[in-house]
Amino acid sequence: MSNRIIKKLEEDKKLLSIYFTAGYPEIENTVQIIQDLEKNGVDMIEIGLPFSDPLADGPTIQASSTTALQNGMTSEVLFNQLADIRKSVSIPLIIMGYFNPMMQYGVEEFCKKCQEIGIDGLIIPDLPVDVYNEDYRAIFEKYGLLNVFLITPQTSEERIRFIDSVSNGFIYMVSSASVTGSKSGFGNEQTHYFERIAAMNLKNPQIVGFGIKDSETFQQATKTAKGAIIGSAFIKHLTEKGINTISDFTKTIR
Amino acid sequence: MSYQANEKGYYGEFGGAFIPEMLYPNCEELRQNYVRIMQEESFKKEFDSLLKDYVGRPTPLYFAERLSKKYKTKIYLKREDLCHTGAHKVNNTIGQILMAKKLGKNRIIAETGAGQHGVATATVCALMGIECVVYMGEIDIARQAPNVARMKMLGAEVRPALSGSRTLKDATNEAIRDWINNPVDTHYIIGSVVGPHPYPDMVARFQSVISEEIKWQLQEKEGRENPDFVVACVGGGSNAAGAYYHYLDNEEVGIIAVEAAGHGIHSGESAATSALGKIGIIHGSKTLLMQTPDGQITEPYSISAGLDYPGVGPMHANLFASGRGEFISITDDEAMTAGLLLSKLEGIIPAIESSHAFAIFETRKFKENDIVVVNLSGRGDKDLNTYIDYFKLA
Repeated sequence: MSNRIIKKLEEDKKLLSIYFTAGYPEIENTVQIIQDLEKNGVDMIEIGLPFSDPLADGPTIQASSTTALQNGMTSEVLFNQLADIRKSVSIPLIIMGYFNPMMQYGVEEFCKKCQEIGIDGLIIPDLPVDVYNEDYRAIFEKYGLLNVFLITPQTSEERIRFIDSVSNGFIYMVSSASVTGSKSGFGNEQTHYFERIAAMNLKNPQIVGFGIKDSETFQQATKTAKGAIIGSAFIKHLTEKGINTISDFTKTIR
Repeated sequence: MSYQANEKGYYGEFGGAFIPEMLYPNCEELRQNYVRIMQEESFKKEFDSLLKDYVGRPTPLYFAERLSKKYKTKIYLKREDLCHTGAHKVNNTIGQILMAKKLGKNRIIAETGAGQHGVATATVCALMGIECVVYMGEIDIARQAPNVARMKMLGAEVRPALSGSRTLKDATNEAIRDWINNPVDTHYIIGSVVGPHPYPDMVARFQSVISEEIKWQLQEKEGRENPDFVVACVGGGSNAAGAYYHYLDNEEVGIIAVEAAGHGIHSGESAATSALGKIGIIHGSKTLLMQTPDGQITEPYSISAGLDYPGVGPMHANLFASGRGEFISITDDEAMTAGLLLSKLEGIIPAIESSHAFAIFETRKFKENDIVVVNLSGRGDKDLNTYIDYFKLA
């Protein structure tokens, strides 16, 4: 399988991944944001498909989702915007969204579209691993999509081993017990958690998300993990500085 | 075929636990323990004694003679409106606060729409001396001021939900986020038969005392345990789940669910989920919900704040899809008229939620010797201003 995520994970470097909400701040910004992130050395992108009721997200991402929906973003609109994205962008692209919009689009249709466009993986926080295994794994695999699962500081060792065994690509390691964008800086508790996971020698590398917002937190998170994902802090930058200064943001990270 | 939840929390194809991994340890702890704890003798004893001495159970099963005469059938009212705090909601909050104590939790969170579940939660937290935070949509806080004051007087903190549409579904989102942020010490008391497994089943079990009592009370009055029909209003569906519970698998008993049509099913301002909803995921449960073709959850409308939830519990979605339940929707106007009629005929002012259930008699005809039990889920005190404005009574 020639999935771009797998290849990227093989590179001998720490990976910077950025999340943004499709359709925010303006509906037509999607492609430009993706292109600029790649130009500025970002290794991987999570394209957020907005949802009306994003349970795992904090106020920053929810507010961007609300605006994106008001702007008219839908699964269909996003797929149309991304139709030619592989002509200009080569880094791995992941769609991150909640399960209901996928269900309504039709899970198989959704996956098929992703493959046509050149999407490499999906992150669906509210699709539990057991339901995925029973009902959807075959479909995802048919269309060459990696499905990324989350672990948290409360996830038991047994369950982490289980998630590792069914994952293919990387594990999304939630830094602390929180929704997105809610913690500032990492303390001893997180450091200990990062070390505990590293010591488990999992087959899949881990990429840390939630609470990464600057160079310091990026360094801390990637000391043991393969990479880190920034979401809320990037959305805040877009809100405050607009979409033409993405390099100003990426420069502050590394 | 059973209409109860299976081990994984599914009613037919509805239910389950579609939750982010952050919630898995909390829900899993509850899932592994709730049945065992509910079956412990010490738990049952404490639950029963609080229901009796604190809530005021059993609530009467009252033969509504004048109403029966008008509609030419035999109508009994299950008087949940006489529960402490004014509605059936407290049956569940008593159960869940005891569950939380057994699980060693020392902080309670809850969501509320109209404020009834918030008040019932604040009440039991005061009773147990446990910290209580209630999430309520900013818009609901403004339109339900008396219940906000009640919660504060009972010692709860009321936190406004400022996101999304700033009503019940957003209050639920905020409560879930709080639970994600406080995974160890906090128990989340969901107020209806909604949310991820095991909530729908657990809440239904706590509310099942309603049909348990109907059975022996009807035996006393009519010499039979089974009515011909049980009627209840359905928003999320907790009072209905309790009223149906012991009759679910007894198909001799007809189940009638009454939803809020608001200004009319196709008016764009409605909460009739069975008619307008499609299968999807809301608050961790696969069920029927009102949504856009793209899968965004829409805002429902009803004059009754307790019925304007965009989904319906998975038990009820299955009753609808399987045809086991008969679903009827009632407009604001029909419900208000029925509420006034019950007040004048029986001297009982019902909550507007419950008024919806009484409105069906105008169009749904029953046989003269049919026994129809209507769950009178709450009293109308909280709705007095709405009634006054509607009927220009002041």
